[in-house]
Amino acid sequence: MDAIVAEELRKRYKDVQAMDGVSFAVREGEVFGLLGPNGAGKSTTVRTLATLTQPDSGRALVAGEDVVRHPNRVRRAIGYVAQDSGVDWEATGRENLMLQGRIHGLGGAPLRLRVEELLELVGLRDAADRIARGYSGGMKRRLDIAIGLVHRPRVLFLDEPTTGLDPEARAAMWVEVERLAAQESLTILLTTHYLEEADRLAERVAIVSRGKVVVEGTPTELKANLRGELVTVELGDVNGRVDEAADVVRTIDGATEVAADGRLVRARVPNGAQAIPGILSTLDGRGFQVASVTTARPSLDDVYLHYTGRDFATEDAAS
Amino acid sequence: MQLLRQTGWMIVRQMRNLMREPIWIALMVIQPLIWLLLYGQLFSRVGALRGGASTYIEFLTPGIVCMNAFFGGSWSGMAMISDLDRHVIDRFLAAPASRFAIILSQVVRAGIIAVIQALILLLLGLALGVRVHGGAAGWFVVFGAAALLAMAFAGFSHGIALLVRKEASMIAAANFVGLPLMFISAILIPPRQMPHWIAELSRFNPVNWGVHAARNAIVAGGDWGPSLGYLGLLVAATAATSLFATWCFRSYQRSI
Repeated sequence: MDAIVAEELRKRYKDVQAMDGVSFAVREGEVFGLLGPNGAGKSTTVRTLATLTQPDSGRALVAGEDVVRHPNRVRRAIGYVAQDSGVDWEATGRENLMLQGRIHGLGGAPLRLRVEELLELVGLRDAADRIARGYSGGMKRRLDIAIGLVHRPRVLFLDEPTTGLDPEARAAMWVEVERLAAQESLTILLTTHYLEEADRLAERVAIVSRGKVVVEGTPTELKANLRGELVTVELGDVNGRVDEAADVVRTIDGATEVAADGRLVRARVPNGAQAIPGILSTLDGRGFQVASVTTARPSLDDVYLHYTGRDFATEDAAS
Repeated sequence: MQLLRQTGWMIVRQMRNLMREPIWIALMVIQPLIWLLLYGQLFSRVGALRGGASTYIEFLTPGIVCMNAFFGGSWSGMAMISDLDRHVIDRFLAAPASRFAIILSQVVRAGIIAVIQALILLLLGLALGVRVHGGAAGWFVVFGAAALLAMAFAGFSHGIALLVRKEASMIAAANFVGLPLMFISAILIPPRQMPHWIAELSRFNPVNWGVHAARNAIVAGGDWGPSLGYLGLLVAATAATSLFATWCFRSYQRSI
């Protein structure tokens, strides 16, 4: 059974169409990534699935329950870790966890044990009785995750779990999420606008752009679908002949998406190792000096560009 | 049951957080005392303002208890704004927390604080020669009036907080409602000394319901019928504003 099913979700705020027919499905126990630039509609989608926002139309099931018709059944089955920390700053880490457990109807020794276990799991045991105001960003984030897990949910939503964290804390958070995915039999839906994060954590990803899922699959599948590798040739001395060099590369069998940029000529080829000798000899024969050649397998960046026709970094910075 | 348990734990959270703010505690204790001493002095020479009490301070004490309670209630929505800003509310709403429990806990918290302040004011009043002529029952009526006034206005304040969701708008709304209600009330002067139309208007002012109940308990004592009637009206007002605030969650959830 699918842990999450979203069908044609739509939501409009005044002049923004935040969701424009979002559809995807997440299998039970998998880590699924919603990937897209800021403003793509990821958070609205997650808030809808977590029963915070009502969609204008469409349907969503989480843990088998309809988010609009039975929100409280969904709430009992999910943990929601919002993009912005929901930690009560004036309370200690432990008090935050105990209150959340009590909202879920837990209490007594089982709750105390569970809280203890979670503090250990997210590495906050020593800080448990300190007021959360003094926590670092990474600590607050980890407390948020523990708060989301206190009632042993079947589905955990992590909305931008590493946004605003420094690189070190981000790496630690990745390890945390990987451990959660392995330990608890948990379905995790995470949103991110970091390509490398989706690549590393998610078993499958859906790329979201302007309120729609444009493609869905495992990172490997998505990259494989692009067929081919990127070859970058750095010319030694071009004397303004870089465009001519690009034209030369274009004549090579299988080379597509050829582009010149400064002293660099980039091209996509079906197989880098096979294509390079031909590229080198052809360029050499036309009198070009080659300083270096590199090949690269396609990244999710390329996938994003391929399916949306837009450059990820530019899109992300623009919003 | 679940509703009451959730409400109880949320009250524990709020009271505990407040107890960690020494400056807030100091102001909560000192501010009503300043009102009582300041106004007590300001109007003490105007004999017509005593309204049957032996001293103006005796007349004023129940008024200040009520003023303090309804101001406290009117401003209590600031706690909701801060919880909204810190996304604590989102965290509760994505869990099976009752929306009514979230409101009720804030409303009851406002009532508890008003009762504590009423106690402090009454103790100062006693030191200044005020007598509670209604005896033990009188004390309860004063506490009841303070708690219910704070709660009725807290419900309203939390509804506004959920509608405006911004501190500046919240402050404007609290002032817009609070100050006029204070001046069309018998907090500082007896209705007999008011212009006729204000006296008439003041009968519909919930603040006045509390003032009349508390003043009867302190200045007169006995004849509890009207006092209980006023407290009943305040119970109804509390229920109405709390339900209004709970309903306002819809507006908030439409905005996120």
